[in-house]
Amino acid sequence: MAKLKSFTNGVLRENPVLVLVLGLCPLLAVSNTAINALGMGIATIFVLTLSSTVVSLCRKVIPEDIRIPIFVIIISTFVTIADYFMAAYFPPLHRSLGVFIPLIVVNCIILARAEAFAYRNSLIDSFLDALGMGLGFILVIVTIGIIREVLGNGTIFGSSRFIFHPALIMVFPPGAYLTIGFLMGILNWWNSRRK
Amino acid sequence: MDQVSLFGIFISALLINNIILMRFLGLCSFFGVSRQMEVSLGMSMAVIFVMTISSAVTWIFYHVFLLPLNVEFLKISTFILVIASLVQLEELFLKRHIPHLYRSLGIYLPLVTTNCAILAVAFLHVDYNYAFIQTVIYALGVSLGYTVAIMLFTGIRIRLESAPIPEPLKGYPTAFFIAALMSLAFLGFKGLFGL
Repeated sequence: MAKLKSFTNGVLRENPVLVLVLGLCPLLAVSNTAINALGMGIATIFVLTLSSTVVSLCRKVIPEDIRIPIFVIIISTFVTIADYFMAAYFPPLHRSLGVFIPLIVVNCIILARAEAFAYRNSLIDSFLDALGMGLGFILVIVTIGIIREVLGNGTIFGSSRFIFHPALIMVFPPGAYLTIGFLMGILNWWNSRRK
Repeated sequence: MDQVSLFGIFISALLINNIILMRFLGLCSFFGVSRQMEVSLGMSMAVIFVMTISSAVTWIFYHVFLLPLNVEFLKISTFILVIASLVQLEELFLKRHIPHLYRSLGIYLPLVTTNCAILAVAFLHVDYNYAFIQTVIYALGVSLGYTVAIMLFTGIRIRLESAPIPEPLKGYPTAFFIAALMSLAFLGFKGLFGL
């Protein structure tokens, strides 16, 4: 039961994006289409779970004083792997995500989970926690991606055109800020009604 | 990239591709510290200071060590370590030699390390293949763009503090709406000087 809890925590109750407001930059920058959002989400969950696992595995041998630089090196190793893997197998996606792939290194969610959870908990718990947090991130980024693509381009995952005239502004930068603002507002309203 | 003039690089980084409103970088600090004018100013000064120096140093590292040794894949790990240690060095240097500047910037310097805009500029000048002087001008333009955006944003946010906003939209949602409108305004700079 406790295991399940460390998994579901990140998906909803402590959603890294909507509740903790972490990792905004990639969330807003690459969510202009659903497919970009999905690519970014998968790259992030890959780095997040592997680095949390490795941090948890090595937590007995990492000295307290220099733990942050060590975390950063572990994370940047996995980001490099993800970067080169995407460049080799998904070149168009790699091009459209651009500088935001190397920037996964400074995604606060990853360092925050390494520091706050993986460094203090067992291997299985850390893995599940990272997986839950990653899924929470994917959920939000893909939702925003779908909303922006449907409203701004009239398509979903690049296919099936809708009949209404799309508002191009939604795929431009202002659309990202509007979407996340409304999502958070709706979530706040929902929470306050439930109380 | 050679034919782009220094002035063009500067204006493009400052307004047309404004780092916050158009590129979505450095958002954590942008939304986090923008509640008081003095704090925003201090943060921007720290960003200008660190970004200009660190992009110059990462340029040297990339072109003197990584390229000749054929180890470009270490780019991500190297840059983040270089920037983190550089911030530490700058902190020590300021404390020792320019204490009054340290008093006003000191508390912002550690925060700047995790500002993804700093790291992004390091990756972008590699992507754009800028020469040394172009890199410095570019970094200066980007960091001044950050300053312009955060000062305007803070001003609007302070004005709205006492406005009668519906309860669920207070705080972050309103901040996102302000950013959306500002970003809409900055879209108007597209095509300025034919860039």
